[in-house]
Amino acid sequence: MSIFVDENTKVIYQGLTGSQGRYYGLLNRDYGTKVVAGTNPRKAGEEVEGIPIYANIKEAVKATGAKASCIFIPAAGVQSAVLEAAEGGIEFIVAITEGVPAHDEAHFYNHLQNEFPQVQLLGPNCPGIISPGKCNIGITAGHIAKPGGPVGIVSRSGTLTYQALYELKEKGIGCTTCVGIGGDPVPGTSFIDCLKAFEEDSETQAVMMIGEIGGSAEEEAAEFIANNMTKPVSAYVAGVTAPPGKKMGHAGAIVSGGKGTAQAKMDALRAANVRVGLNPTEAGEHMVDIIAELTNK
Amino acid sequence: MSDGEITFTVEEAVEAAQRLGTPVMVKAQVHTGGRGKAGGVKFAATIEDVHEHASNIFGLNIKDHVVKRIWIERASDIAEEYYASFTLDRSAKKHLGMLSAEGGVEIETVAEENPEAIAKIWIDPTSGLTTEMAENWVKSANLPEQAAKGAVKILLDLYQAYVKGDADLVEINPLILTSDGDVHVLDAKVTLDGNSIFRHPEYAEFDKTQTRDERETTAHDRGLQYVGLDGTVGVIANGAGLAMATVDVVNQVGGAAANFLDIGGGANAEVMAGALEVINNDPEVKSIFINIFGGITRGEEVANGIIEALQNVDIEAPIVIRLDGTNADEGRSILKPHLSETLQMAPTMLEAAQQAVDLARKDNDK
Repeated sequence: MSIFVDENTKVIYQGLTGSQGRYYGLLNRDYGTKVVAGTNPRKAGEEVEGIPIYANIKEAVKATGAKASCIFIPAAGVQSAVLEAAEGGIEFIVAITEGVPAHDEAHFYNHLQNEFPQVQLLGPNCPGIISPGKCNIGITAGHIAKPGGPVGIVSRSGTLTYQALYELKEKGIGCTTCVGIGGDPVPGTSFIDCLKAFEEDSETQAVMMIGEIGGSAEEEAAEFIANNMTKPVSAYVAGVTAPPGKKMGHAGAIVSGGKGTAQAKMDALRAANVRVGLNPTEAGEHMVDIIAELTNK
Repeated sequence: MSDGEITFTVEEAVEAAQRLGTPVMVKAQVHTGGRGKAGGVKFAATIEDVHEHASNIFGLNIKDHVVKRIWIERASDIAEEYYASFTLDRSAKKHLGMLSAEGGVEIETVAEENPEAIAKIWIDPTSGLTTEMAENWVKSANLPEQAAKGAVKILLDLYQAYVKGDADLVEINPLILTSDGDVHVLDAKVTLDGNSIFRHPEYAEFDKTQTRDERETTAHDRGLQYVGLDGTVGVIANGAGLAMATVDVVNQVGGAAANFLDIGGGANAEVMAGALEVINNDPEVKSIFINIFGGITRGEEVANGIIEALQNVDIEAPIVIRLDGTNADEGRSILKPHLSETLQMAPTMLEAAQQAVDLARKDNDK
């Protein structure tokens, strides 16, 4: 099993005719993702390597029956792209775009909550989601992930996610689904959304979580783990040595007013019995131990 | 706001005070808080006081910000001081307004010592702050009756400024009630969201006035995500998370990173060369740790990029490379013939960090 997506998920790419959208849309299709349509009001009726382009989401949904979309639209247009997707009948929206203003994110997050509670938004500023061997939506290099499970991964960082997938694969461990929730201040999907889904997923036996400084999402996740998770969790939190008041690459990665430090997050996770690694490799080793213990049970 | 003028020299400050009429406040203009504590805000009863305070405040270092501008304003007759702010509550995913009858001090102190003194309001961005909400909010903050009307108006305006200006934070501290019964803004702080610049082209001008670390300015001009740190190991990595992890690991093995630098997902020769130049210009850097994980960018492209960049930039410090991920073996074989005492390769992140830290120490022992 996998969470949020599977081998039957049909995806519409908003921005398929742009350079990034085309590049990753075609890579995703090569991986096996059902890339069924693209949208662009000025290029309706055209196609990209055999993928039909529709004027808008509504028409694309009508023609293909897709329930998922992936956004490769410049930051200024992400707000209207997200709302267009929700209004057009999309239930799972993946927004890859980086640099979306925080006020826009807060606005469309609440708009979805109020008007379209059934819609799950992933991102913005995220690498996307991959269920190895089944479906890859976004910019993750598909071949670095080993299909089959039993580990679920959820992460705020792109490259650290790839690193985790790669290290697990090197050790012969597969992944059920790997969700990149992104490094922005208002992520559409939270750690808790993913932990909940992994807890319910029969194939996932353990979860690896990669956090970073800023906000309190890791602390909230720790509380959820302590109260609701039966499956073991390993974690890594980046930014132990980050200076206060500086955005570390990601818009949301900032220690402000003494809040959001890596140390506080690691302490909270440890208190929830999460095995916390001091670097990504150590977190990977913890996961190897966890899997070995589960197998020997 | 009180009447005032911005000044750049002691003479200008004195002239401004003469025009405004004493008494005046002499206030350092820097992009940081805690100015009062640092001696950057002074009351001047006479022109002589203005001269003395301005002379002391110009050039004052407040939390690494050197004062180059001073605001002179007519001193207000303050009856009471309040605090008001709007920011995004990342946890609630709504805007958070904070209002307190205990203004004029750092709000963090109030939050710790007397949290009940802060009235909070959560605002759904899709519906905004209404007059009725603002009125109830002011009541719950226990502001006196005579301040209520003025405070509500300022809070509604402040919320508009916060939203329309795409601010991460707007803060008025203190918001004052004068003995005449007027409510007005004595001092304010605004943090803007850099991601919103496409809606506010004028912010580029503000950005130029930022007092930045020189290294950060150079990196910023090249479009690189860079944060200057105090150590001796220069760090280059692809991806913000990996760059943060790299800085952490350098620290973990007993060293200290000179910077955080994220070159993004790609890592082509041009970007790599730019990153190396920025690091090379930092005199504190004694060794360089390049940490690249190939995802969609293949190892051989990364390796060729590094080699090409090294041909174009004259690097003084020794370099340790850790290359992993997609086609890492191919990438490593491309690097192999170029390896030397000053260009080393390590198989893992930890080993590479250790090597880079050892090299930095060696240089120190020279």
